[in-house]
Amino acid sequence: MNKIANRQVICDTLMHLAKNNQDIIVLASDSRGSAAMGPFAEKYPNQFVEMGIAEQNLVGVAAGLAHSGKKPFITSPACFLSMRSIEQIKVDVAYSGTNVKLVGISGGVSYGALGMSHHSLQDIAVTRAIPGLAVMLPADRHETKKMTEALVHYDGGVYMRIGRNPVEDVYESDDYDFQIGKAVRLHEGTDATIIACGETVKVGLDACAILAQRGIRTRLVNMHTIKPLDTEEIIKAAKETGFIVTLEEHSIYGGLGAAVAETTSQHCPVPLKILGIPDEPPIAGKTAEVFNHYGISAGNVATIIEEGLRKEG
Amino acid sequence: MMDIIDLKKKAAEIRIRLFQMIHNAKAGHTGGSLSNTDILTVLYYHTMRHNPQEPKWVERDRFIASKGHSVESLWCILADLGYFPKSELETFSQFGTRLIGHPNNKVPGIEMNTGALGHGLPISVGMALAGKRDHKDYRVFCLMGDGEQAEGSIWEAAMSASHYKLDNLVGIIDRNSLQISGNTENVMGLDPLDKKWEAFGWHVVSIDGNDIVSLMETFNSIPYTEGKPTLIIANTVKGKGVSFAENAIGWHHRVPSDEELALAIKELTEQIESLVSKEGQPHE
Repeated sequence: MNKIANRQVICDTLMHLAKNNQDIIVLASDSRGSAAMGPFAEKYPNQFVEMGIAEQNLVGVAAGLAHSGKKPFITSPACFLSMRSIEQIKVDVAYSGTNVKLVGISGGVSYGALGMSHHSLQDIAVTRAIPGLAVMLPADRHETKKMTEALVHYDGGVYMRIGRNPVEDVYESDDYDFQIGKAVRLHEGTDATIIACGETVKVGLDACAILAQRGIRTRLVNMHTIKPLDTEEIIKAAKETGFIVTLEEHSIYGGLGAAVAETTSQHCPVPLKILGIPDEPPIAGKTAEVFNHYGISAGNVATIIEEGLRKEG
Repeated sequence: MMDIIDLKKKAAEIRIRLFQMIHNAKAGHTGGSLSNTDILTVLYYHTMRHNPQEPKWVERDRFIASKGHSVESLWCILADLGYFPKSELETFSQFGTRLIGHPNNKVPGIEMNTGALGHGLPISVGMALAGKRDHKDYRVFCLMGDGEQAEGSIWEAAMSASHYKLDNLVGIIDRNSLQISGNTENVMGLDPLDKKWEAFGWHVVSIDGNDIVSLMETFNSIPYTEGKPTLIIANTVKGKGVSFAENAIGWHHRVPSDEELALAIKELTEQIESLVSKEGQPHE
């Protein structure tokens, strides 16, 4: 089991890159500890800015820094960053076109029993509706590294969301081709497709293994970039497999499932099941417990696909 | 650099132009643009280091219009200075224009898109902080409204500016004491505004914000205290320069009639003529 959290990977990656790129600046909202950014702050004090617990100012200041040629990376809890400062994200980052990277840490239900105030289950919905803002969720530590490196070279506003705890690997290493906006097919199949993002990709991978034992060949698409969306890969999945299940650590409204539905319904309508957190304050618990409670589990996904294919006959 | 009488004439000319522009577009924030005209005139024609031929010059002083709705005076000044053709002012608020009712950074001379109140100061803090970290000597001027002072994000930014000792940052409050629903003190009391900013660690100066000489002298004295950001409470008259619009709440975004336009032009032209007659005489 991997012990390295994605936030740790972001810190390591940025520390490595900041050595030769003094424009990289990390901002925190009294969140350097929870973002695992302490080592960065210590090693590069001139490239670190503490903003205190003030998320609106945090994003505005980052936009001002970016306007002056800096490459700011904000690391702040996803629940506050994506909600408290959403107008600054819309106006100062997206509308003004500033090169700000918004890293939402402890995203989704990472904070477990801390309640809905600390969950971020609407962040994909709200950020992906903003023109000019890219939205990304890495699946594991390897993808987190690739994504962070790519963001340093990407000119424009990005919202990237990660979870708090280490997640199991879905990639064997970081030796693969990562492209922003280009989905990765992690399992081949023609009977059905699972499209997942973030930590639910691992659930999808496990579901593929269960289904394979039952003779069902399932395709798994890791949609690490929700915007710009790889619609081509979605349409291919619809045409070639005819049945799609989406998985996400997000409200069933407005997230990855909705984005897939917007695409398939207009280009190639096929049966689609959206699995995520229902429209209610989520139950308290650890991520795996919450996922299981709401059916975001390999076993349940396998059952849904099996039954869906039986119905289609 | 312009002398005092030239600056006064320029301010009156800008007021005529913005009145014509709002009349033509049948839209605009008349009162606030008239109240901030003197501040912008002194900044752009006297104080700030900038080059209309090179809008993105890295050494330029930055201006952020946090009260973005009072953009008409700014459009007129940028056009007059040659940031874009004067003829483009005719397109203000028309279909497909880039001269919209708020600052738009698709237009040369505009740094950031502002208009949502409470955004300008945080952005300005970021620019000033970048200047400090890069050892640049440019300054950042942020013009805020007084009604805007109710936005919490301003106070988040105020706290951070003094924390980071940004003496290259200048906040200016267009203190005309009127906002859309009435007197600022009735809508949401602000006073004592100076004490509040002082408590947040700023050097506060209170001046007549429609007096060209006061504005010049104040801007020349920045920073007043090393290591402290400067906050100028520019006490202004909303609708300044056009007698029937002065201190009249209805002129927040009223569009002048043909008759009102003619009256305003007459009044402002007389102001220019009286200044011309003073030329050559010793400065007051």
